[in-house]
Amino acid sequence: MKWIDYARPQTVAEAVQLLTERGDGARAMAGGTDLIVQLRVGRRQPDHVVDVKHIPDLNEVNTSGGGVTLGAAVPCHIIYNNDAIKDAFPALVDSASIIGGTQIQGRASIGGNLCNAAPSADAIPTLIALGATANVSGSTGERSVAIEDFCTGPGQNVLGADELLTSISIPAQGANSGARYQRFIPRNEMDIAVVGVGASVTLNNGSFESVRVSLASVAPTPLFVTEINDELAGKDVTDENIAKAGEIAKDAAKPISDMRGTADYRRHLCDVMTRRVLSDAITRARGGNVDAH
Amino acid sequence: MPTKSYVQTNINGESVEFLAEPRQSLLEVLRDTLQLTGAKEGCNDGNCGACTVKMDGRIVCSCLVFGVEAEGADIETIEGMASPEGLHPLQTAFLENAALQCGICTPGFLMASKALLDHNPNPTEGQIRWWLANNLCRCTGYDKIVRAVMDAAQKMQA
Ligand SMILES: Cc1cc2nc3c(=O)[nH]c(=O)nc-3n(C[C@H](O)[C@H](O)[C@H](O)COP(=O)(O)OP(=O)(O)OC[C@H]3O[C@@H](n4cnc5c(N)ncnc54)[C@H](O)[C@@H]3O)c2cc1C
Ligand code: FES
Ligand code: FES
Repeated sequence: MKWIDYARPQTVAEAVQLLTERGDGARAMAGGTDLIVQLRVGRRQPDHVVDVKHIPDLNEVNTSGGGVTLGAAVPCHIIYNNDAIKDAFPALVDSASIIGGTQIQGRASIGGNLCNAAPSADAIPTLIALGATANVSGSTGERSVAIEDFCTGPGQNVLGADELLTSISIPAQGANSGARYQRFIPRNEMDIAVVGVGASVTLNNGSFESVRVSLASVAPTPLFVTEINDELAGKDVTDENIAKAGEIAKDAAKPISDMRGTADYRRHLCDVMTRRVLSDAITRARGGNVDAH
Repeated sequence: MPTKSYVQTNINGESVEFLAEPRQSLLEVLRDTLQLTGAKEGCNDGNCGACTVKMDGRIVCSCLVFGVEAEGADIETIEGMASPEGLHPLQTAFLENAALQCGICTPGFLMASKALLDHNPNPTEGQIRWWLANNLCRCTGYDKIVRAVMDAAQKMQA
């Protein structure tokens, strides 16, 4: 690994100042589970690593008012051990409990998962399904970005060189809502999604009020399939309509073939996984329990 | 000329100081600077768990931590597991259940298993396998490791 300088700012202002001064030569680090690997293989070559996980604001979990605001550096293990999150946002627990294994989850943050912008990232489809936004601070002030607009390509996001992700806000999900994330991997754990699906539904008696579905590992960025809501909103919750959603997901996917699976296989998985994940989200919306893994 | 950073940390209950380049991993510092060679390097990218140490109450892959991040932290390594009175029950159980062959994965498995039992003294087989998924072993086929952890859990409860 080439020489780097290391800084440990204590406030957002200090971190933004460091990033602004160093420009493209600096990179923020939270848990380092992506960044340190990338530095070691030379995929990213900053001169300066700005360790943001000692900034108190970035470690806050605020669950007042039914939603949750997650500090950008909060690691996975805090998320799946938080009772309020387990209760209100089980889909976030689905994601946090399958990112790496126990050791990775001790450091890996949801903010880092988002900023790393991998097409296969396991937290991003969940955040999109839940309608979350990214809160960003930079040298010219603060802004918020919808998660579906955050990733711009593999490993690329909307952040300017001076900008820091400070938190992620997930709005309160109404009564009769439920969400789920699942990925397909050939092992039981510790693997990269061949296909991942995050979905949230809000039901109105026996019909869909709204449906948000997002797919991992089938496009250069996590894919938000808005056509599923267009088709299902107002329709009855039936196997036939769930099957339609699977078909739409399959058609929306733009997968590549690689060692994890061919494009055809991935399209097939989009159909199967979308149906499964929607069924689980519906079960949760109706108050039923679905285990994270 | 870049300079090394001064780091003050706590390892196995003792205050320790060292100098490190910011790019050096905690694993490199432990092994090459502090001669604590119990933590092993298997993959150097977070997959194998051979480098597992406890940092501020959580197990982590020390290959994915910078040494300079240890400033002010509390670190536990495999060197702190046995006491002057003898081996930790997990260490004894690994020996009695033949849960190791070449042994390179063993310090990591022991650190991870101890963290599991600290948090859940009576885990099911499924919970053990899930918790230990970040540790790889090329020799044993895992069954003996899982049985050793169950055995230790039982003995520690008795
Ligand atoms: C063995 C192993 C297994 C893994 N398994 C999975 C898996 O199953 N699923 C999965 O999705 N991922 C997996 N990962 C990838 C990684 O662990 C996750 O993406 C993790 O969530 C990254 O979080 P982090 O805090 O470690 O990020 P870091 O490595 O600290 O940062 C990641 C990127 O985001 C940027 N960044 C971080 N925080 C900020 C911020 N606040 N503002 C601006 N930019 C920021 C960094 O500059 C960097 O480019 C795995 C990694 C390893 C090593
Ligand atoms: S050497 Fe750290 S996980 Fe393999
Ligand atoms: S005993 Fe050889 S790798 Fe586990």
